[in-house]
Amino acid sequence: MSADAGETLTARIWRSGPGRFQDFRVPRRANQTVLDVVTWIQRRLDPTLGYRFACRVGMCGSCAMTVNGVPRWTCRTRVERAAPGGEALEIAPLRNLPPIKDLAVDMTPLFERWQKALGRFVPPVEQGNDFVVVPPATPARRAADAGIECIGCGVCHAACDLAAADVEYLGPAALNRAWTLVNDARDGAQLARIAAVAAAGGAFACHSHQNCQAHCPKGLNPTAAISGLKRMAALGSRP
Amino acid sequence: MRHWRLPRWAALVHRLSGVALAVFLPLHFWALGQALHGTKTLDAFLAWARHPLVKATEVALVLALAVHLTGGLRLLAVEFLAWQEDQARRIAWAGAAALAVAILFALSA
Repeated sequence: MSADAGETLTARIWRSGPGRFQDFRVPRRANQTVLDVVTWIQRRLDPTLGYRFACRVGMCGSCAMTVNGVPRWTCRTRVERAAPGGEALEIAPLRNLPPIKDLAVDMTPLFERWQKALGRFVPPVEQGNDFVVVPPATPARRAADAGIECIGCGVCHAACDLAAADVEYLGPAALNRAWTLVNDARDGAQLARIAAVAAAGGAFACHSHQNCQAHCPKGLNPTAAISGLKRMAALGSRP
Repeated sequence: MRHWRLPRWAALVHRLSGVALAVFLPLHFWALGQALHGTKTLDAFLAWARHPLVKATEVALVLALAVHLTGGLRLLAVEFLAWQEDQARRIAWAGAAALAVAILFALSA
């Protein structure tokens, strides 16, 4: 990473204290990521800037922010992709989650919804049964596979219009997780989970705008998962 | 609006067409109600309805009705049939079918 002879870019960073954007001049570098820019500002210009990151390589899902209006992983988004043609870089916290400070949001409501959708494996009550055989090619296993790679970054939840409109809505991340579990033959809470996702604020609140699918950095499709839950709850149909 | 994708536009058009139809319905019933006041009032209304501007609004209403119908069928498919990846194409078909109905109505009017 070599600096291109003093060339700089303008980064507009959301500051929660004054409640407005603050402009910073940052050296423009080849292949720099949005997270590089935020880190440079925090280390060189303003150590009070609050943000969150951990792995820097798209594994942990903790650095998601709103970059030029789009929810993204900042570690896997290069500046020239988010703000092409030298346009200003605007970085704000994720939408639809309560801000903690500057660019960091509280992820607790996301994981509370996750629990409300029964988005966790529940072992069956019967003990001593033989192992459940799950052949990889079965439709249910494939349906679970399609959604299993979620790392809980909250990008889909931030992109969701319904999550913005209805605070009770479980949201795409929680419902996608529920979908992987209703397709898990080993799970022992199938009826309870269908009841949880079919309740008010559940799958039926989804309007299929597909913003979650459009923005998921893992290329998952929570809209498809939610439509699967709707069919399962309304018609009892399985993949 | 820069980041709006097709399914979101489809949802917006679907809702706006629904609102347009909901607003139109009371007017429609009122127009039908004119028949109760004798042929004269109804005929006067029907003469007014032949005005080109009113005819154009009628075409817009037919478009709204067709858009709402095809959009609704698409949503039913999303909710009750297996998920299909080609949603953009389906939205395009729903829009094209609605537009065709409106054009046919405009040509026959």
